[in-house]
Formats: sequence, C-alpha cells, structure tokens
Amino acid sequence: MDASLLNLSYLVASVCFILALQGLSSPKHARRGIIVGAIGMTVAVAATLGHPQIVTYSWIVPGLVIGSILGAIISRIPMTKMPERIAFSHAFGGLAAALVGVSEFYTHGGHLSVVTRTALGLEVFLGFLTFTGSLMAFGKLQGLITGAPITYKGQNVTNIGMFFGSLVMLIVFVIDPTKVELFYAMCVTGFLLGILAVLPIGGADMPVVISLLNSYAGLASAATGFALANNVLIIAGALDGTSGFLLSLMMSRAMNRSFANVLFGAFGTGDSTGETTTALPVGASVNQATIEDAVGVLQAAQSVIVIPGYGMAVSQAQHAVRDLATVLESKGATVKYAIHPVAGRMPGHMNVLLAEANVPYDQLFDLDDINDEFSRTDAVLVVGANDVVNPAAKKNPKSPIYGMPVFNVEQARSVLVLKRSMNPGFSGIDNELFFQPNTMMVLGDAKKTLLSMVQGVKQAD
Amino acid sequence: MPQELLFALYIFVLAGFLGHHVISKVPHLLHTPLMAGTNAISGISLVGSLVAAGGNFNQVSTVLGAVAVTCATINTVGGFLITDRMLRMFRKKVR
Repeated sequence: MDASLLNLSYLVASVCFILALQGLSSPKHARRGIIVGAIGMTVAVAATLGHPQIVTYSWIVPGLVIGSILGAIISRIPMTKMPERIAFSHAFGGLAAALVGVSEFYTHGGHLSVVTRTALGLEVFLGFLTFTGSLMAFGKLQGLITGAPITYKGQNVTNIGMFFGSLVMLIVFVIDPTKVELFYAMCVTGFLLGILAVLPIGGADMPVVISLLNSYAGLASAATGFALANNVLIIAGALDGTSGFLLSLMMSRAMNRSFANVLFGAFGTGDSTGETTTALPVGASVNQATIEDAVGVLQAAQSVIVIPGYGMAVSQAQHAVRDLATVLESKGATVKYAIHPVAGRMPGHMNVLLAEANVPYDQLFDLDDINDEFSRTDAVLVVGANDVVNPAAKKNPKSPIYGMPVFNVEQARSVLVLKRSMNPGFSGIDNELFFQPNTMMVLGDAKKTLLSMVQGVKQAD
Repeated sequence: MPQELLFALYIFVLAGFLGHHVISKVPHLLHTPLMAGTNAISGISLVGSLVAAGGNFNQVSTVLGAVAVTCATINTVGGFLITDRMLRMFRKKVR
C-alpha cells in the first residue's frame, strides 16, 4: 500500500479513537462511540497488512487468529473479575510494546538515530515495567499473592535507586550507541522494578495503581510511536496515557493521599491502628442485630440509601442488593445508591457491578451529589464498605485516613452494616460508625444476609 | 533538534491536551468502561508488531513480533468486546 494512503488510514483511526472516548461522556452514546473506535482499529490494521515492508503472513495470521480467540474468551469473564481482567490486559499491552522495542533494536541496532534510541529505551523500560507490575497487581487481586503490602528494609531506596539507575543507563546508551548491553540492562531493570514497586502496595490502593499502570501502558505505546515515527501510535498512546494519569489523580484525591504516599507509603500495615483504637469511646459496644431486626428497620423506612463496597464484589451480592431494592420499592420506599470513587478495586468498579444487576444508572449517585441527603434518610444499608463510611476521616486528625472525603452516614436515622466479621477492614482501622447507637451490625456473608432480608421483607405483609 | 522529533512532539503534546479535555468529561459511572476502552485503543501497537512479524528482517524479530501481534490482538479484540458488553448493561430506569 502507498505510504500516504497508509498514513491517511492512520488519521482516520486517530479520529475514530477520539470519537470513541468522546462518546463515553454519557452512557447514551457510549456504545456507538466504542463501535466507531473498533471500526477505526479495523481500518488501521487492514491498511497495515498492506504495508510495503511486510513480505510474509505466515507468522501474522496465526498471531491474529490466536489473539482474537483468546481475546473473545477473556471478554466473557464475570463482571466481578473485571479488575483482574483489566490488570491482565495492561500486562499484555506492556509486553507487546516492549517486544516490538526489542525486535526493532535487534534489527536496526547500530544505525538508529538519537531520537529513536531514546524512544526505544523508554519503550522497553516502561513496557517491561508495565508487564510485570500488572501481573503483580493481577496476582494480588486474584489472591495468588497476599493483598497486604509486602515491605522490607531499604525497599523505597532500592526502588528509587533502580528508577534513577535506568535513567542514567538510558542517557549513557543514547550518547554511546555501542553500549548495547545497557539497552538490555534497561529491559531487565524495568522487568524487576515492575515486580518490586507493586509489592508494597495494598489492596485498597489498587484503584490508583491500576490507573497508573494504564497510563504507563499508554506511554509505552506512545514511545513506540516515536521510535517507529508512527503518528497513530503517538496519538493513541497519549490518549491512553492521559486517561490513566487523570484517573489515578482522581483516585488519590478521593483518598486524600498524594501519589508518593500511595506508591511508597505501604498503607495498611497496621502501624497506626493503636492510635485510632484509643479514639473510640470508652466502653463502646457494638449493636449486633439479627436479620429480623434489620427487616424491621427496612420495613419502616421510606427512604433507603445503599452504600456498596469491595465486600459486595467479594460475596457477589450485587443481584441480591438489587432484589432487596426491588422489594423495598414495591412497598413504596425510594432506594438510591451512593458510590464512592474508590469503592472496590478499580475506578467505576461498583457502577459496573450494579449495572450488571440491572440497577438503572440514574439511581447511582456520586459522593458530592448525595452527601447532603443522609440527614433526611431513614435507613442506610452499608454492604461490604468500610473506610468510605468511617467518620474518623472527618473527625480524627490522628487517623491515617483523616481528610479523605467520606459519606455522612452517621447522620441517617438508622444504619445497617453488613459485614463478614468484626475484624477491622483492609486498612486495619477501627470504624467508630460500628459503635454508634443508631448502627446495627449484621454479620455474615452479605449475599446470604441480603437474600434472607428479601424473604423477610416479603413475608412481613 | 531534528525536525522529525519536533513534529512527533507536537502531535504527542496536542493529543495529550485533547485527551485531558475529552476524558475529564467522562463521568465516574463509566470509569471502568473508559479503562477497558483505552486499553483496547492502545492495542493499536498492533500496527508496529505486524511490521516486525511480517517484515522477515531476522528470526528474533519475527518471533518477538508474532508474540507481540498475539498480545496486542488479545487486548484489542477482548477490549472492544468487553467494553461493549459493559456498556450494554447501563440502562436508565423504565418508567
């Protein structure tokens, strides 16, 4: 295919990608946008198959066929596994960029310009870092590796040292292209740093990390674009890079934490638990309730707000939540859902689960939109959420989550908390809400509890 | 600075600004589909892997290229399918 025609197809693809992202500004046009994006991708790939440098298809066709089949299979996974699946695909994205970088360097080695060498160095470093980092995130989400932070002495020094070490290697390699071994050393450092940097990051910080890895995967693609002088790669990489970066900024803001704190803070080690425990009222006791008590509260409620958290995903309770809401609505109550930006393990996690359970999206509310309503609400149902409903974030400057925007749950007339056990949540922080007189704790598996509550409310006629 | 690099930087920076503009308009509601969607789009690195795999430069390049083609295809195909599957679930209340 003629080079200008090829470039024209890349322009078409770039426009389609931008339209796809633009479509996501509202759920109404989002699907149409994604289809436009897929068309753009097809145009770019079809045109590239006619690239003048391609002389054989014997390796391309199997790759495309196997990739399509595996891609289709992976896209069938249950919605509760979405964070794992996203982490996994970031790993593939990083690996693809890194391998293209290595192959490009291996082929053209000594003849590459300064610009290309810089781009290739960044590409393989970011690519391998994204690859192993995402696999680590996947392992933590899947429970293959402990979700708690893994720390050791000198960890941050090692990681920061490796980062700057690879920068130095890049600079030396760009100045002196005969130092081929430095290129491969950068590959290895990226690979190792991906593993080491994710080790100290705890489960609740996953939304930030997944977003950041999304950003790195995009930047690796953009670097590929610089190395191959390919504009569509630069554009798509820049879009992906900014998207991931913006998401991780939003997520860390929603936790009132800085990037540095998330990456190096090893949050949730439990060091600070002692401090907050003393802040609890002396002699406070937990009000454990039976399902019948809970049903009684819900029966009497005219307005109910549901706050889902990671616990809902773990016990796959989204359908049971929806069933309970349907029964309550049929009895005349209004039901709303309050979604915290960092609830779950990735941005938007709760929204997708509730959408899967057929909860209409106009019943889902962001933190700022619903926080004034709690004082006028009869009953709040907390399903597997903890830190996002902890009043310590507002009142206790000693608490590690102090300053994080949280729901004003304690203002509601009564609060029902569904929780597996009284163990403190991931962050190891005690939650004062659980000790308040208007809070009822219903312990047990959220899904089972909810289903019994549905039965209870139905039979109460 | 080489003309070529300057051109590429122009495109990168402007695309970044455009990305910032477009993505700040995406509501929290759709952040997971956004992530899956950008992931599918970044599978465009496929166009680089295709040339590496089909260029017959040397065996290393061909094999690495083929693996990269497979990875990028998984992301692209899987990414678009799953984004669409998610978006199909978002419904307004039927009144």
